[in-house]
Amino acid sequence: MTAQDKQIANWHDRLVRTAIALSVLVMVFFVARWSFAFMLDDQAPKWVTTLVAIAVGVCGVWIFFWIFNEIISLIPGEKARERLRPLVFVGPALALLIIYLIYPAINTIYLSFFDARSENFVGLKNYAFIFTSPQVQVAFRNNILWIVVVTSVCVTLGLIIAVLVDRIQLESIAKSIIFLPMAISSVGASIIWRFVYAYQPAGRAQIGILNAIVVALGGQPVGWFLRPPLNNFALMVIMIWLQTGFCMVVISAALKAVPGELLEAARIDGANEFQAFLRVTVPYIKGTLITVGTTVLIAVLKVFDIVYVMTRGNFNTEVIANRMFLEMYRFYNFGRGSALAVLLFLAVAPVMIINVRNLRRQRS
Amino acid sequence: MISTHRRENIFSLIRKAASSAALRVAISIICFVWTLPTLGLFISSFRPENDIRQSGWWTVFATPFDFTQWTLRNYQEVLARGELGNAFLNSFSVTIPATIIPITIAAFAAYAFAWMEFPGRDVLFAIVVGLIVAPLQMALIPILRLYTSTNLNGTFLGVWLAHTGFGMPMAIYLLYNFISQIPRDLIEAAAIDGASHFQAFITLVLPLSMPAIASFAVFQFLWVWNDLLVALVYLGTSVQVATITARLSELVGSRGQDWHLLTSGAFVSMVIPVLVFFSLQRYFVRGILAGSVKG
Repeated sequence: MTAQDKQIANWHDRLVRTAIALSVLVMVFFVARWSFAFMLDDQAPKWVTTLVAIAVGVCGVWIFFWIFNEIISLIPGEKARERLRPLVFVGPALALLIIYLIYPAINTIYLSFFDARSENFVGLKNYAFIFTSPQVQVAFRNNILWIVVVTSVCVTLGLIIAVLVDRIQLESIAKSIIFLPMAISSVGASIIWRFVYAYQPAGRAQIGILNAIVVALGGQPVGWFLRPPLNNFALMVIMIWLQTGFCMVVISAALKAVPGELLEAARIDGANEFQAFLRVTVPYIKGTLITVGTTVLIAVLKVFDIVYVMTRGNFNTEVIANRMFLEMYRFYNFGRGSALAVLLFLAVAPVMIINVRNLRRQRS
Repeated sequence: MISTHRRENIFSLIRKAASSAALRVAISIICFVWTLPTLGLFISSFRPENDIRQSGWWTVFATPFDFTQWTLRNYQEVLARGELGNAFLNSFSVTIPATIIPITIAAFAAYAFAWMEFPGRDVLFAIVVGLIVAPLQMALIPILRLYTSTNLNGTFLGVWLAHTGFGMPMAIYLLYNFISQIPRDLIEAAAIDGASHFQAFITLVLPLSMPAIASFAVFQFLWVWNDLLVALVYLGTSVQVATITARLSELVGSRGQDWHLLTSGAFVSMVIPVLVFFSLQRYFVRGILAGSVKG
């Protein structure tokens, strides 16, 4: 084969591949359009639409990458091709990050300076409202209360349980039981606890176990959700129940890494178990305690589901994320909603900076 | 001398036995308290409507084998009339693609961050790490407006992409930590054999990364299945698309005293995540450990 033949064969090859890629592209477009309409078709049997939805979603992403890679492969010139290749790999992820996180962040900051319908510039009025409105003040106060109580109880309880469980044979079963709530949705957990807190007027049989205990001890049944500030703590218990397992699992893993010789040395020096725990174990796993605490803190800061399902924020149980949802969907005030979102963002900004700084340190 | 030593030994043995018994009792109490709320709901979900309303669920223990006090009607009713059957399937339509899509996209990106050269690589990766903890509330309003103008509101595609976008930083970070640890020799050997990046990624890196992929998959599956906020904002509560968490939260609002529906409904919503949790707990724990290192 002469060089010219080779080039012709090469061109021929490229032409065929272009044709295939283009026809697949057109086909995918029509299949996708039809299937997305079909997914919302309420005449079709539900399990069929479910299977179609799953198949389209799962196969779609792979077909997308394959086509994208083929298109890049059609570019003439090896050097240009390989320079563009990372775009196939990292491009979709970056596009999603920009569309779903970076652009919205900038847009939210921008909208927070505009009125309810995002039409007129109002300066800092939304922020002024947030910092003066009594209802939002309640949300702030509650959020801070949530952060302090839930974070400290979760980490402490997680640490205690991890230490205790570390010393028995049935460790894995006990751990699974404490950890299980992690698999339950906040909505499910809210229903579980609504039932625990259920209230019947005095004289009738109590169906909530907590009030049954109160009555059995000679007390009056309590409406746990109606009475501030008691109701806030009643809600926090749910979050603690959900999150303690997480703390326990991570702390437990860290405990296993504490060197036995260190503890042994402390004991030889005359420390009892508790002192050895406080002076050796806790300092050794301090880093883990801090990261676990931070993770719970961020989760608590954004708490929404529990409050939304249990009280809708009534009776002084409002929190920031629920308030934001209210502003968006009940009052349609995008300005105030955005200002609240910006505040949440500012609250986690230090953690973002610390994470990036840690990464830098690791790299160097 | 020897005898006192032995006596001390006996004392310390007794003390040890006592403290380990106390330990067991303490752990049993904690586990009991932790299970009690779920147990109460589970038992109630099999009791007739009137029984739930008139007596505490613990009264069944007086006559546990009196089978007239058990029923499956609550489940039948909540699946049919409560429309939870539909919502259950919708949750699958949302969750499975919203797990696979981010894993795929993040794995490609993680490979690029680990093994490809391109301008701005380190800065971009630092941005990804920074975004891990960004609150998704920040994105709600702009994305809602974007979806309204592109007709993506109330579609599965819209909610898949939203979950993909929000889960992307964590997914990239977890998979990067694993993929970047693959020995350089292996990647280079594949390149020498003439494999393109695409081939090397699919035939070599993806199979090797399965443990990390499984960890993130369990994590993301549970997160998406249990999510209420994203489902509520971008899918809404209409019967065609509402997920099980959205329907259930509607049910609490509209029929908050119908305990026979709420208890059975809550269990329908918990079956799948609890199964996933128990069968893949190992991977879940690994994912949590890897993810929590950075807070």
